[in-house]
Amino acid sequence: MLEVKNLHVTVDGKQILKGLDLTVNKGEVHAIMGPNGSGKSTLAYVMAGKPGYEATEGQILLDGENILPMQSDERAAKGLFLAFQYPLEIPGVATMTFLRTAVNAQRKKRGQAELTTPEFLKLVREAAGKLEIDMDMLRRGVNVGFSGGEKKRNEILQMALLQPRLCVLDETDSGLDIDALKIVSDGVNRLRSPDRAMVVITHYQRLLDHIVPDVVHVLSAGRIVKTGGKELALELEASGYAQFQGEAALAS
Amino acid sequence: MNAELRSVKTSAERALADAYMAAKGKLPGDRKVAALRDAAAARFDVLGLPHRRVEEWKYTDLRALLGDAKPLAGAPDNAAKDRARQAGKLIGDMDVRRVVFVNGVFAPDLSDLDNFSKGLTIRSMAEALTAGDAVVAAHLGKVATPDREGVVELNTALMGDGALIHVARGATVERPIHLVFAATGDKPASIFTRSLVVIEQGARAMLVESHDATAGQQVNTALELVVGDNAHVDHIKITGGADDLIHVSSLMVTVGAHARFNDFAFNIGGGVVRNQTFIRFDGEGTLASLRGTSLLKGKQHVDSTLLVDHKASGCQSREVFATVLDDESRGVFQGKIVVRQHAQQTDARMMTRALLLSDEAEADSKPELEIFADDVPCGHGATTGALDENLKFYLMARGIPEVEAESLLVQAFVGEAIEGIEHAGLRDALMAQVVTWLEKRGI
Repeated sequence: MLEVKNLHVTVDGKQILKGLDLTVNKGEVHAIMGPNGSGKSTLAYVMAGKPGYEATEGQILLDGENILPMQSDERAAKGLFLAFQYPLEIPGVATMTFLRTAVNAQRKKRGQAELTTPEFLKLVREAAGKLEIDMDMLRRGVNVGFSGGEKKRNEILQMALLQPRLCVLDETDSGLDIDALKIVSDGVNRLRSPDRAMVVITHYQRLLDHIVPDVVHVLSAGRIVKTGGKELALELEASGYAQFQGEAALAS
Repeated sequence: MNAELRSVKTSAERALADAYMAAKGKLPGDRKVAALRDAAAARFDVLGLPHRRVEEWKYTDLRALLGDAKPLAGAPDNAAKDRARQAGKLIGDMDVRRVVFVNGVFAPDLSDLDNFSKGLTIRSMAEALTAGDAVVAAHLGKVATPDREGVVELNTALMGDGALIHVARGATVERPIHLVFAATGDKPASIFTRSLVVIEQGARAMLVESHDATAGQQVNTALELVVGDNAHVDHIKITGGADDLIHVSSLMVTVGAHARFNDFAFNIGGGVVRNQTFIRFDGEGTLASLRGTSLLKGKQHVDSTLLVDHKASGCQSREVFATVLDDESRGVFQGKIVVRQHAQQTDARMMTRALLLSDEAEADSKPELEIFADDVPCGHGATTGALDENLKFYLMARGIPEVEAESLLVQAFVGEAIEGIEHAGLRDALMAQVVTWLEKRGI
């Protein structure tokens, strides 16, 4: 489903990703772990098409189609979803309006009919209930006055409503206490399906106790330096990233 | 020779003085009104049109902008009246009492003058001036009148018609009154309308004023508003019209004790628009909000200038203005809050924000506080900036196309000011106008 080939990315003229390769098949969950500054968030942002993240070489193929020339909204309509590490607050735009605009914009782009108000409300009520999100909260501005945990739950709510085929979760565990981590992970696990792939970016192994990956990659200095099964995450928890930083330095 | 001395008049100033001399015999009013006009014309002769060296007009040099003064508008023909039927539609489908003025002249046949509720009086200003109306005698030219303000003097000299509204003590006017000013003549003209609204003690009324105009019109409109003790008044002014319009508006308000006054100005058209508001708090414990939203494109120029005079103690005023600027438009905000020595416990806060959608747009903000009392929480703020690219990315990453993402963010930007309108129907209608404006803009 996802093929990243020889991806080189610069941000503010500084090269962050230096030839990254990654293949994720449908139905799989891949974890990307790595030390701070290794390029984890850069990978997330360049996939979603954030301005200022410039791919100088390589490709990101989604079902064989290179998404790099596409605008962010086109990528989303193709089925890509990025759960932000720091979800933004948008005062004055009610969360409900935001959700409905997003769902209908994607449906429109895919040639599907827009949802009616009752249809949409039913979907939101169900999805929000599972994530223990109060409907009153959704009448407020997007993420305005939300706690860290509420913001992350709101990200997963969006993911549940938009039903993407490829989910990229950027440090979804950061800022979550153990209860919130459980609610968020359960939300993500419910979305696991044979037709959907996930890329879970995290610094710590703790999230992977809840969202168990099929494959674990270690990212260091802009490249994948090691790939293994879920046990690799435990290994990293015990030994730290120092060994890979050495390998990456040698490789470059 | 003194450099400040202005011996040379512009052709517009000469034309306006000539127009007054030619028209004064035919302008409505008794001898007292004629004297008022003469005195105002004499002061205008000294002051001239305001220009950039007058601090309050620094960013809107009317003398330079008014290349030539159009002839005074004549009586409206049927075509102008027909066009006026379509005027004032920006308020949506809210139920209002329409009082229509075409080319500055009251049009009773287009107005809704039946079933006045108890305590409400509406009459034509021209008629009231001629009849020596008692409300006119008591208030006209006496409501928070600014000093040395050439356009107000000019309005007093040349005022033709307008509305005279009186709401008696304790009366409630349920149905909002909509003053529809339609400058819809075929040929560009100068139009001088003057209205006086007196809301007596404990009364309640909502007044909507909308201004539409066809190409090239030059409008000078003034409204004096007296808000009595314990009264509750909403005033909303909507200005639209052709791109080459010159529209100068002066709102003069005095507010009594323990009253509530909500003012909102919505600008969505016109070429050069100057909205100047002079408000004075005469009684203690009053709450007032002055808000506004402008959506500018092309070469539009909108200037919102406020003078908020806290003369009485314990009043609260809130000023919130949001301006969206596209293309080569220019938005000016000048807000001055004066807190006099005895106006203790005044709580005045002013915020103006400008959103630049284009590199060529310009926003000038000049908030001022002049405080003579020592126990007052007052503050002001001003921001100017572009759309937040990170917010736009967040919306687009959810599949919302760029145009829609920008539209949502602009709606959010103006929402804070528009939410100050208490009437839900009008609030929704103006928000719908914002959406339409954004749709037309595209990208």
